[in-house]
Amino acid sequence: MPENIIEKFEVKELKILDEKGNVDSTLLPNFSDNDLKKIFEIFILSRQFDQRALQLHAEGRLGTYASILGQEASQIGSAYALEKTDWIFPSFREMGVYITLGYPIWMLFQYWTGDERGMKTPEGLNIFPVSVPVGTHMVHAVGAAFAAKVKGHQAVSVTYFGDGGSSKGDFHEGLNIAGVYKLPVVFICQNNQWAISLPREKQTAAKTIAQKAYSYGFEGIQVDGNDIFAVYKATKDALEKARAGKGPTLIECFTYRMADHTTADDASRYRPKEELEKWKLKDPLLRLKLYMEKNGIWTQAYEDEIRKKLTELVDSEIKKEETVGLPNPKDIITFTYKELTQRQAKEIKEWQD
Amino acid sequence: MVQAINLALKQEMERDKDVVLIGEDVGKDGGVFRITEGLVEKFPDRIFDTPLAESGIIGTAIGMAVYGLKPVAEIQFMGFIYAGIEQLFSHASRIRSRSRGRYSCPLVIRTPYGIGIKPPELHSESSEALFCHMPGIKVVVPSSPYNAKGLLISAIRDPDPVIFLEPTRLYRLIKEEVPETEYTLPLGKAKIVQEGKDITVIAWGSMLHRTLESIESRSVGIEGFDAEVIDLMTLNPYDEETILESVKKTGRVVIVHEATRNCGFGAELSAFIAEEAMLHLKSPIIRVSGLDAVIPMARLEDYYAPTKEKIVRALKKVMEY
Repeated sequence: MPENIIEKFEVKELKILDEKGNVDSTLLPNFSDNDLKKIFEIFILSRQFDQRALQLHAEGRLGTYASILGQEASQIGSAYALEKTDWIFPSFREMGVYITLGYPIWMLFQYWTGDERGMKTPEGLNIFPVSVPVGTHMVHAVGAAFAAKVKGHQAVSVTYFGDGGSSKGDFHEGLNIAGVYKLPVVFICQNNQWAISLPREKQTAAKTIAQKAYSYGFEGIQVDGNDIFAVYKATKDALEKARAGKGPTLIECFTYRMADHTTADDASRYRPKEELEKWKLKDPLLRLKLYMEKNGIWTQAYEDEIRKKLTELVDSEIKKEETVGLPNPKDIITFTYKELTQRQAKEIKEWQD
Repeated sequence: MVQAINLALKQEMERDKDVVLIGEDVGKDGGVFRITEGLVEKFPDRIFDTPLAESGIIGTAIGMAVYGLKPVAEIQFMGFIYAGIEQLFSHASRIRSRSRGRYSCPLVIRTPYGIGIKPPELHSESSEALFCHMPGIKVVVPSSPYNAKGLLISAIRDPDPVIFLEPTRLYRLIKEEVPETEYTLPLGKAKIVQEGKDITVIAWGSMLHRTLESIESRSVGIEGFDAEVIDLMTLNPYDEETILESVKKTGRVVIVHEATRNCGFGAELSAFIAEEAMLHLKSPIIRVSGLDAVIPMARLEDYYAPTKEKIVRALKKVMEY
């Protein structure tokens, strides 16, 4: 009996905007100048938030923080494609997603000071609290997508995780269930090349993370994660596909973690300096700026003006957070269940006495 | 009990279109114990056979619950829930707290538990105490068809995650009339199944029946005193008031559970009673439990859990102290 090929797959790579600010106009999303400015401003805001968070940490005013530096295009580009009714299940390195969706900045600072109130998502946003255990939350997006399907809603669930998270069992279980039931979910892997000290090639022997989708019966695509146009287009396409009932997509954003894993980490212990220098040339903000400059949308005066405006905004958000004050210790108990248990009621009473 | 649970599921699905069932073999097969038999024919769009993935089942149920459904997930045997513990402990139990009340996780995990059918390894686990130790999760154990129906309906309507442990041994052992009409039994409330003035005996699930049988067996020389028997029904949060009231009356306590003694739920109950009612006690609290060992397979199963003899010995001991 001859051996037959019974299955084959190919993995696409999508790039639209290069490091010099040149684009492939056949693939370029249809953005107005205003869209581009808005995206550029979210970019600056995200970077300012990130820098201020690191600075506040250094001053001892903020707890451990996971920087998003270098990954902004993956986060902003994908989040910008979402509809208000979509549901988002992030990990802990997605502040750019929260900011793009309009999550209050002061609440993000509040969360990172170690205050759960910062993750009480305001009504009107369907973004889930930060998930600390790596790679365990993709299944929640699968469940929410399942629910949307049962209820006949148009909502798509989007979940973010990293190259490290793709090694977890729940990645497999989540993608598998999503594939079987053709659920409206988009899996966004920010492959930032490092899981603390473990380089990407030791995370999986597979050439790409995108190709893993094919073993669950749906498409995966690798996009240049520092190219905001490519990330936006891939996400938009995946969302449309999901809304049309054609099932899930895995998007691997090929990007780079420019900072340490968190403020508790020192990447110089394990990461070659030259690698970081090489990736600095691929900076996602720089290439967006070059593109906008070429098209007469960016000027230094414009950037100076918005930087000033956004610095003031971040300052006032930090002030706002500081005026909110400390949470009530009673909150530790109050939110365990909808109603207090007999024991909890006693504990609260003892406290008050 | 199988029919009572089936009826509860059916009536809740009729009442609330947000109730969905997921799990392994819960559809066409009706579940390995036939708990969901006939339901997929009635609700073809709300019952989903999942791939073999316990963590995925619980995680999916979490996402469904957060979005606004009321999922009832079946884990085929309690021993297989260990694969999903991260989802329960790191997520389901904390969603309300983590989001400061913005999101909640009203799901039910049903799973057969305990010994009694002599199956392969890991099909007879009784690790209820594990789940009671995790704040944010409720743990319910029915002991009869009547309370299985009422408690399951309450569990489905509860706004927080509930682990519903169905004693495998009781699935087809106890027969009683269960009203067709809808009724609920409150979570967190124990039931005094037999009143007495001399000893408080606390049990749940299948051990409740062994306890009652032990007390009834007049031949073993325990006549002449009255045992008050409490069916705990909800282990977390448990009914402190009913226990205390009874202990203050009797002054003697025997706790019977199938699970291993070390850090078993009896340890929590005895510590609680010692803290709150020490001066009312006339004898030490005795726990009658499973052995401090791995639950054996079929041939040694009967040696593991509390026997009637062990229960009777404990009752005599507290009386004669």
